[in-house]
Amino acid sequence: MSDKADNYEAALQGASQDVAHFEVQDKSLLMRFQSALHKTPSLVPLIVLVCAIMIFAGWLGPRFLPQMTLVFQQIQVVGILALAQTLVILTAGIDLSVGAIAVFCSVIMGKFTFDYGLPPAVAVCCGIVAGAAIGGVSGWLVTRIKIPPFIATLGVWQIVLAANYIYSRNETIRARTIREEAPLLQWLGLKPNEQFVTWIENLRGITYERIRPNDTGQFMLDIIWQTKITYGVLTLIALTVLLAYMLRSTAWGRHVYAVGDDPDAAELAGVNVKRTLMSVYMLAGAIAAVAGWSLIGRFASVSPSASTGLEGNIESITAVVIGGISLFGGRGSIWGAFFGALIVGVFMLGLGMAGVNPQWTFMLIGTLIILAVGIDQWIRKVAA
Amino acid sequence: MEPILKGRNLTKRYGKVVALDNCDFDLYPGEILAVIGDNGAGKSTLIKALSGAVVPDSGTVELEGRAVRFSSPNDARHAGIETVYQTLAVSPALSIADNMFMGREIRKPGLRGSLLRQLDKPAMEKAAREKLTDLGLMTIQNINQAVETLSGGQRQGVAVARAAAFGSKVIILDEPTAALGVKESRKVLELILDVRSRGIPIILISHNMPHVFEVADRIHIHRLGQRLCVVDPKDYTMSDAVAFMTGAKEPPNEAMVA
Ligand SMILES: Nc1ncnc2c1ncn2[C@@H]1O[C@H](COP(=O)(O)OP(=O)(O)O)[C@@H](O)[C@H]1O
Ligand SMILES: [Mg+2]
Repeated sequence: MSDKADNYEAALQGASQDVAHFEVQDKSLLMRFQSALHKTPSLVPLIVLVCAIMIFAGWLGPRFLPQMTLVFQQIQVVGILALAQTLVILTAGIDLSVGAIAVFCSVIMGKFTFDYGLPPAVAVCCGIVAGAAIGGVSGWLVTRIKIPPFIATLGVWQIVLAANYIYSRNETIRARTIREEAPLLQWLGLKPNEQFVTWIENLRGITYERIRPNDTGQFMLDIIWQTKITYGVLTLIALTVLLAYMLRSTAWGRHVYAVGDDPDAAELAGVNVKRTLMSVYMLAGAIAAVAGWSLIGRFASVSPSASTGLEGNIESITAVVIGGISLFGGRGSIWGAFFGALIVGVFMLGLGMAGVNPQWTFMLIGTLIILAVGIDQWIRKVAA
Repeated sequence: MEPILKGRNLTKRYGKVVALDNCDFDLYPGEILAVIGDNGAGKSTLIKALSGAVVPDSGTVELEGRAVRFSSPNDARHAGIETVYQTLAVSPALSIADNMFMGREIRKPGLRGSLLRQLDKPAMEKAAREKLTDLGLMTIQNINQAVETLSGGQRQGVAVARAAAFGSKVIILDEPTAALGVKESRKVLELILDVRSRGIPIILISHNMPHVFEVADRIHIHRLGQRLCVVDPKDYTMSDAVAFMTGAKEPPNEAMVA
């Protein structure tokens, strides 16, 4: 040990005791924006949503805004699917089977009620448990057999869809049958506002011969009557709030992000990665089953050939990606998926009302997907 | 004196690579044990086998005289063994506070914690800030900033602070100063001495010979997946140690079973 080599640290004595400041002094506006997006990833879809609404409101005039409640109704299935999808994508996975699970579970709810004579409430619970079980199979394949989520859920999607057709013999349960014998199955399609207005008017002794007209001269009641919010929409909002809380404010939520971010690091840091992934796939399956219940509400019937079984899978991924949730995992907020589903709904309805060729809608949505992923890459550069 | 942490005949194979080959290991209470060896000698695998990150193919580990079988890092942490891995094991997108408390989050008192399982973020942020300030490694402007916005050295600081804050029986540091500047390295050395003065033994893996010779009570020299010898830094020079670990010189006989 020579003295020469020994003493380089002595120079520290005269060193400044300041520790490095890493606040960049004059951040450009763009950089500030970039880091704001980094902190609040659901900001982009929210801005896009507000812009889209404003553009359509300007383009189509006053008839557009009242239709927003219809947009909500139209996303009451795919929005819930997007929530399930978000959980899986946050762990850097993907679930191609959520739509199929929804349809299969709606069939289970219907068959358990009508074929086995279970009370509808029990049948709904059975459907949700079945959804969680199917999610559990995907989770098991991913965590134990180490099959990549894309392949595992691609297989599960086909299997569930086939099981759905075989089990149901492709028979539809008609809306009228359900309404008369098991209205609970359609509950997510009912409108609490209409129930509320009817209840008030019944109290006051007002009844209508057939359907209540929109305009009765009672301002407040008319407005409430016309907000076409269903229990399915309320369920979507409630689930979003609940999941946002779970992801942000519980240890489980932090673990979901950590697993998506870097599973090896998470494991070393003390996260039970397998259990976290398992819980995510099972919860996603259960939420997909709730989407299935919402599907019965939306179309009033139980139909094994509902398009959700095929399109729901992809549409949920679209909503999640447009919602700014990173496909690489660990980044994004559940509100993003909610806004993403709304954006798709607004474009569908707005362009539909404008009477343009529906292919333009798909072209726009495709562009949005690519833009969203591009923005995600740009935001992630903050780290570099 | 009985070792607080003892490994016997530890073996771990990765395919054809034998990362640990019948390796023995002893850590005594209150000491700083340095582990040195060439790259690929199996140092990281050894400490992973001790900390539950790797389950050895064979061999035994004893903590305070009792046989333990850790099947995950969490098992070892519950037993009081805290590790800073070479890869740091931090989640880049999460905040400093989130990372410090990963896997042992503090919940709010009362029903909000037990029923709603709500995290006590202010408490965790406060504790995280205190730990980092104690360490003096850095001034963190915002404890909620994502770890990926920190420099490599600052990330290492977070990982070291996490281990120092929670380790109750043994603290393992795998190349903790590799990404640190001169000043930060000095802080970590001070921290290591401070931890020892609290009576907690430390395993320090490092390639920095001056640092090793400055703080270590004993030096475990690792070679080809085995413990070659254990030497006292007062009896040997840095050149000796380097010669032993690279195989340029035969280790002294009396050090073979230290
Ligand atoms: N996860 C792994 N998979 C395959 N080989 C590994 C793995 N981890 C370590 N090894 C091999 O084991 C040997 C010892 O590695 P390591 O313990 O990291 O050495 P050190 O920390 O001393 O540099 C090396 O040859 C390395 O390539
Ligand atoms: Mg190593």
